[in-house]
Amino acid sequence: MKFKAEINVMPLKALLDPQGKAVTSSMKNLGLAEIENVRIGKHITLEIEATSKQEASSKVDDACKKLLANQIMESYDYTLTEA
Amino acid sequence: MKFGVVIFPGSNCDQDMIYVLKNILKQEVVELWHKDTDLQGVDFVVLPGGFSYGDYLRSGAIARFSPIMESVIAFAAKGGYVLGVCNGFQILCEAGLVPGALLHNNNQKFICKNVFIKSQDKNTLLTQTIPQEKALKIPIAHGEGRYFADADTLKKLNANGQILFRYCDENGAVNDTANPNGAIENIAGVCNEGKNVFGMMPHPERAADAELNNTDGLYLFKSIIAMVTA
Repeated sequence: MKFKAEINVMPLKALLDPQGKAVTSSMKNLGLAEIENVRIGKHITLEIEATSKQEASSKVDDACKKLLANQIMESYDYTLTEA
Repeated sequence: MKFGVVIFPGSNCDQDMIYVLKNILKQEVVELWHKDTDLQGVDFVVLPGGFSYGDYLRSGAIARFSPIMESVIAFAAKGGYVLGVCNGFQILCEAGLVPGALLHNNNQKFICKNVFIKSQDKNTLLTQTIPQEKALKIPIAHGEGRYFADADTLKKLNANGQILFRYCDENGAVNDTANPNGAIENIAGVCNEGKNVFGMMPHPERAADAELNNTDGLYLFKSIIAMVTA
């Protein structure tokens, strides 16, 4: 079976996100001062061949922990659907 | 002493490092290509600065899985000496060879300028002969150099003497204004628990030639070489 994972990688809440901060301040220049706390992460999609959803999930976890996210500075979550 | 300088696609400080080791310090140097796995019997591995693999995903994240890094990780595990400068430090962090991570600078800018750093501990190969009170003028050039480690890790780093350098002002005072990138506790360089793997953001190889009017970086290289000349 083929599965599709939609992964979100975000900077940890406790850490300053300079990109998000710069974008937040540019919102003011746009006349959208009501917008605050912009945080910027990554959205990653991938396809995976596995015999079960559980197997696919454990492989996506592995990929996230070993490469896609650095858990010292980022957190991740994902959704998995049959492709 | 035989040094090996690793070259990744996107490394751009490799030749500067080789020049300093070979021409200034008269040491034997070999180039280690990222696709190789043979470390050619070197005594010391250097991961140079640059933008390995275009900094894709995160700085250092992809380089960490290149064939040569498997050999470097095994070399380090056996006590072999490894120094990572700038992108090399980022790769060491990603590989888990030194603790912590390097985040985007807090001022949202790529910073390229001379800064001052101060050695924090005499008990490592990299710092053993550096005058402890001296503020060394060494350039930095990075967008992601804000060192971060969680509170427990920081406690251990401090307790074990694993903090190599802190950013300071020209008089050697470690304070917020001397911190160029927002690094936690002004940390500019750390080593692993075994004190054989060293990572630092500043570029000592850019401050090691008298013709460039700054040779403070030589203190670090001479400290390394003192191991064999002692």
